[in-house]
This record gives sequence, C-alpha cells and structure tokens, in this order.
Amino acid sequence: MSAVMITRKVRKWEKLPGKNTFCCDGRVMMARQKGVFYLTLFLIVGTCSLFFAFECPYLALHLSPFIPVFAIVLFLFVMAMLLRTSFSDPGVLPRALQEEATFIEMEIEAANGNVPAGQRPPPRIRNVQINNQIVKLKYCYTCKIFRPPRASHCSICDNCVDRFDHHCPWVGNCVGKRNYRYFYLFTLSLSLLTIYIFTFDIVHVVMRSVDKGFLNTLKETPGTVLEVLVCFFTLWSVVGLTGFHTYLISLNQTTNEDIKGSWSGKNRVQNPYSHKNIFKNCCEVLCGPAYPSVLDRRGLQEDSPAPASTAAPNNSNNSSSSSPEPQAMKTTAPLIFNEHTPEDAKPSLGAPAQKSPSPKEEHPPPSKVPPLASPEPDVDASNIKDKSH
Amino acid sequence: MATEFHNLQELRHSASLANKVFIQRDYSEGTTCKFQTKFPSELESRIERTLFEDTVKTLNNYYTEAEKIGGQSYLEGCLACATAYLIFLCMETRYEKVLKKIAKYIQEQNEKVYAPRGLLITDPIERGMRVIEISIYEDRGSSGSSSGSSSVSGSTAR
Repeated sequence: MSAVMITRKVRKWEKLPGKNTFCCDGRVMMARQKGVFYLTLFLIVGTCSLFFAFECPYLALHLSPFIPVFAIVLFLFVMAMLLRTSFSDPGVLPRALQEEATFIEMEIEAANGNVPAGQRPPPRIRNVQINNQIVKLKYCYTCKIFRPPRASHCSICDNCVDRFDHHCPWVGNCVGKRNYRYFYLFTLSLSLLTIYIFTFDIVHVVMRSVDKGFLNTLKETPGTVLEVLVCFFTLWSVVGLTGFHTYLISLNQTTNEDIKGSWSGKNRVQNPYSHKNIFKNCCEVLCGPAYPSVLDRRGLQEDSPAPASTAAPNNSNNSSSSSPEPQAMKTTAPLIFNEHTPEDAKPSLGAPAQKSPSPKEEHPPPSKVPPLASPEPDVDASNIKDKSH
Repeated sequence: MATEFHNLQELRHSASLANKVFIQRDYSEGTTCKFQTKFPSELESRIERTLFEDTVKTLNNYYTEAEKIGGQSYLEGCLACATAYLIFLCMETRYEKVLKKIAKYIQEQNEKVYAPRGLLITDPIERGMRVIEISIYEDRGSSGSSSGSSSVSGSTAR
C-alpha cells in the first residue's frame, strides 16, 4: 500500500448494496421513497399543533391542566416511536460475499446432481424441520443466500429482511425483526392520541357551544374542524391496524405470512413459531431481546484505495449520499405498488384496514405487499415448486 | 502435514488463504441463533473434531443466553418502553454485552486453538449471523498450489 495514496475514510454504509438512503453518516437508515413519511409527520405534528393552539388553553382553564400535559407526553411518545421505526435498521441481512456465494452454489450443484441438458434445474429450496413442521427456505438470487425462516426480500428496498412483516410507506421503511415492536407501539400510541384528541375536541366544542353557541365556537376555533376531520379518518384506519397487529402478535405471525396464508391450516400446516399461548407470544414479540443490527453501517471500509476518491468527498453529514437521486415526493401514492405481487396473495384482508378513499394514516396490507418474490428466477422457481406439488 | 504457526500475526503475514468453510445455521429449534455442529470434511486433517464441536457448542450457548426470553429481558423491555427506548442511547443491551463476550471468546480461540493449526474463525456477526466462516491457510513456504479453489477437500496432497 503506497503511502502517497489519498485515502479518505469510507464508511461501510456508502458501499452497501440495496436501495436504502442513509443519513447522519450512516446512523439513520430509510427507504428511498420518503414522501409518504413526510406526510405522516406533517399530519401528526400539524394536528397536534392545532390541538395545542386551539383546544388546550380552554381545556386547561376550564377542565384540568393535566389534559395538555398528557397530550404532550403522548405526542412525544408517538414521535419517538415513529422516528425509531423509520430510522432504524429493520433487520436487513447482508448479502453473501463472493466466497460464501460460491460455496452455496457448489452445495446446490452437488445436491442437484446431473441435470440432463435442456431440462430446467430444480428450484433452489432447502427443507428444514422446525418444531415438527417442514419449512421451505427459498434461495434469494439477489442476495445469494438461502433466506432464514421468516425472512423475505423487499424489492422496494432491495434487501432481505429478517422476520419480514411488510414495507410501510407511511413510516418510510420496512418493518422487520428489529423494529416491529416500535411499529406496533407507534400504531397503538397513535390510536390513543387520535382518540384522545378526538374526544377532547368534542368536549371542547360542546362546552364552548353551551356558552356561546355552536357557530360562534367554530368561528373562534376553526382548527377544531380540521382536527376532527383528520382524527375521524385516522381513527378508522389506525385503530383497525392496531387491532390487526394485536391479532398477529397474539398468534406470532407476520403480515407477510398472513397474506400468503402460510399457516392458514390448509395442508394441515401450523405455525411452528407460535407458543400456542397468547401471553407467551405477546411477550416474545414485544418484550424479547433487542436484536443488534448485523449491518455494520458505521464501520470503516477496509479496502478503500484512491480510485474511490472519484466520489464526491463527503466526510461530513451528507444526507443520502449513497443514493443521489432527489427524494421523490409521492404524496399522490399512499399505496406503493410493487412489481412482484405474491402469487397467492389474498385479495383483501377483512375489515380492519380496508378504507381506501382518503386514508390519512391508512395502512392497507395487501397493497403494501410484502414483496417476497425478488427477480424473475425466484418467481420461476416458486412456480415450478407450486406446479410440482 | 499440519502447518505450524506460532501466533495470529504470523498466520496473517506468512500464510496464504487456501479455502474457506462455512458452518451453516441450524434452524431445527426455530429462528433462534444456533449453528450446526456437523464437522466439515475440509477440516478433517486440520483440527480435532472435539475441539471444533466445543467451539461451536460454546458459541451456541452464548447466543442462547443472549436471546433468552425471561425475567431480565422483560425487565429490560418494559424499562426501555417506559423511557420511549431513549435509554438505549446510554445503556448497552444484554445482547450487545453477550456479543462482546463472543468476540473475546473467538479471539481467544483463534489465538490458542485455531491459528496454531492454520485456521481462522470469523465472528458470525460480520457475516450477518448467517454462517461461521473458517478460513484455511497454507504456509507460503510449502509447495503452494493454494489456488483458493473451493473444491479443494481436506485431503489436499502436499
């Protein structure tokens, strides 16, 4: 290594494959499309600001000063959970390095034996037995690994994520093993906040109308109308979503598995991860250990010779230096459609989160499709597998 | 046949990488982190089976301890939730503490057991907790047909 070479400290996040954006020198990790996340932020902050501006002074005076205090605490908790969900690594599995990929390829070829010319090689599937159930591990052609059980490849972020739940455009990130509990607490606390604001809006309007009449009240506090509107629509979607995820947690299932119907009982396949006890399932998901990130984002890249300096020198904080494209504001698309929809997705997911017209915080599970099929070869493989059943 | 190295530094400087073996995860008990203890054939001539199995079993025990769901993990979880998880900015989680122990253990095993036999274990966390990578080194001085081809089995004739 020549001492004359100009090396600058390149952190590993700058060289990570995948379609994530990184901020704060690798401390923050999000998906590329952040428009809907900004909308979420705007709605929460905006509605709460209106509440603090219009309702709180009156309620603090006429009812109790604890009302705004509790609202502030709840608001801060919601924001903390939202930012935690959005900014943390959901459990991304790093791609296999060259030697590991070659090793796996050799094992596959050894297992397949001789394939007659012209015939397609068998799909790359590994069977493992977990708690007396046979679980099939699929091979990911992008990451060149056999995905661990419950992992899935998100084609929006182009990463395999451990215990993949879904990709949520509202938080601008995937929801996986590491940030699922933050996501759940976010929806739960947001439900509480919405109900709280909605209730006290009504109380405030009623109390003021008794004194001054309904129309005068609306004239004095125009923000109330806006808040009630936002809360009304948010209530249906977010409370429903919280209920849906509570159901999933009690069964120890992911949204991905629910949509694919992995443990729906056909073929007598049962969920091997469930403890068959609601309390135990909840404890495992919500109070389990805090898994560390296996993506070393802030570590220094070891082999970063001079040619790398053709990139713009950006030692200081540089938002999204690994994906130079501008952040697209996708405010028109609260539903991010995915090129690869699962072949056996359920068309709709029952009552909870299915209000499509003007979703504010809505979270429609089927269309934020947890993408499990990555590039075509994988879809091919799954098709072959299905046909050979 | 076993090439002798005195310490880790010597291994890195005077040996060349011949092959790598990857110990896969064992999913028979679910998604908890556990590695297979099956002895790979490439290591047959390099290290005793019992030593290898001991290493993997100790690592498995460490990971089980890190992922144990019991009183301490509930307490940690509830306390963290009550502080909106801000406490993780100052406090180290139990998992991280165990990972440090694991790193120390692997370093110690490399120094005492594996480097003298021309092998090197890579901490699984550097490979996404998917595999334990064991690098097999050949002494540069010896007839070096160490071409790094992955089909080299343990019984490479020297």
